Amino acid sequence: MELESAKLIGAGLAVGLGMIGPGIGIGLLVGRAAEGISRNPDAYGKIFSTMLLGAAFAEALGLLAFVMAIVIKFV
Amino acid sequence: MEHEFHVAIAAQELTQIAGFPVTNSFVMGLIVLFVVTLFAIIVSSVTKLRPGKFQIALELVLSGYHKFIADNLGGREIADRFFPLLMSLIIFIFFANFLEFIPGVESIMWGHGEHAVPFLRSLNADLNTTIALALIAFFTIEITGVRRFGIRYFSRFFNFHSFMGFFVGLIELISELIRLVSFSFRLFGNIFAGGILIGVLTFFVPYILPAPFMVFEMFVGLLQGVVFSLLTLFFVKMAITEAEH
Repeated sequence: MELESAKLIGAGLAVGLGMIGPGIGIGLLVGRAAEGISRNPDAYGKIFSTMLLGAAFAEALGLLAFVMAIVIKFV
Repeated sequence: MEHEFHVAIAAQELTQIAGFPVTNSFVMGLIVLFVVTLFAIIVSSVTKLRPGKFQIALELVLSGYHKFIADNLGGREIADRFFPLLMSLIIFIFFANFLEFIPGVESIMWGHGEHAVPFLRSLNADLNTTIALALIAFFTIEITGVRRFGIRYFSRFFNFHSFMGFFVGLIELISELIRLVSFSFRLFGNIFAGGILIGVLTFFVPYILPAPFMVFEMFVGLLQGVVFSLLTLFFVKMAITEAEH
């Protein structure tokens, strides 16, 4: 296999596999947040800000995979 | 493909002054420092005893965050000590990310032909900046712990009382050092990936579509500043609470 094609496959796999975890995580997070808000609409502000913070953390992992893919492809 | 999409991981060198390379993110850093200083001077000069709308909003944010720190660290005195650093982190990171969207950043070129590099580069899309910020946060956390407990602070990492305790301490030590990586790569990854996202979008759909994504990236920029500051706060809280046995 050529090095260039191996790099392309590797970068694709890195992004594809790396996004699975954050996807599940953010899905769970927003689902539970919606559940919490529907049970207690008064706590909307607190739940929403906590959810955003958690989403930022989950998203960071996906972006790490993305940066790795860019490193594989361009460096 | 003729117009291939090009991505640079590291900041590019513009010129050299006395042997030190001057990169494009360094120039951007100077601009960010200038803008933050200007903002501080303007805000402090328009501050009045009878506040206007702008001042009330700003005071609400600042005192709200101060109260949050006091609630978390347990006391107004210690909050007074940490508030300047934590708020400055938010302001600095927000401005650094916000100025990424002024026209000209990444598009004004320096040099000719093949060697042309962007004159300005988003500050947090350079790993050097984020590592510097991470080091500031890291040493703040550790020094706070040492000041609180003295040399006893390190006993949570090197515990020779029991076999299990030794391994728990080792894991604590590793997770303490991993923070440097996670702090710096979280900020770098978010801003860098945001820049690439907008670059790819403008490459395919030059009009209208990138605008909402830019708004989203501005929001991400603010959120990352808040996340950075909150994490520093929580780790400081962990450093000054007694280790459990």
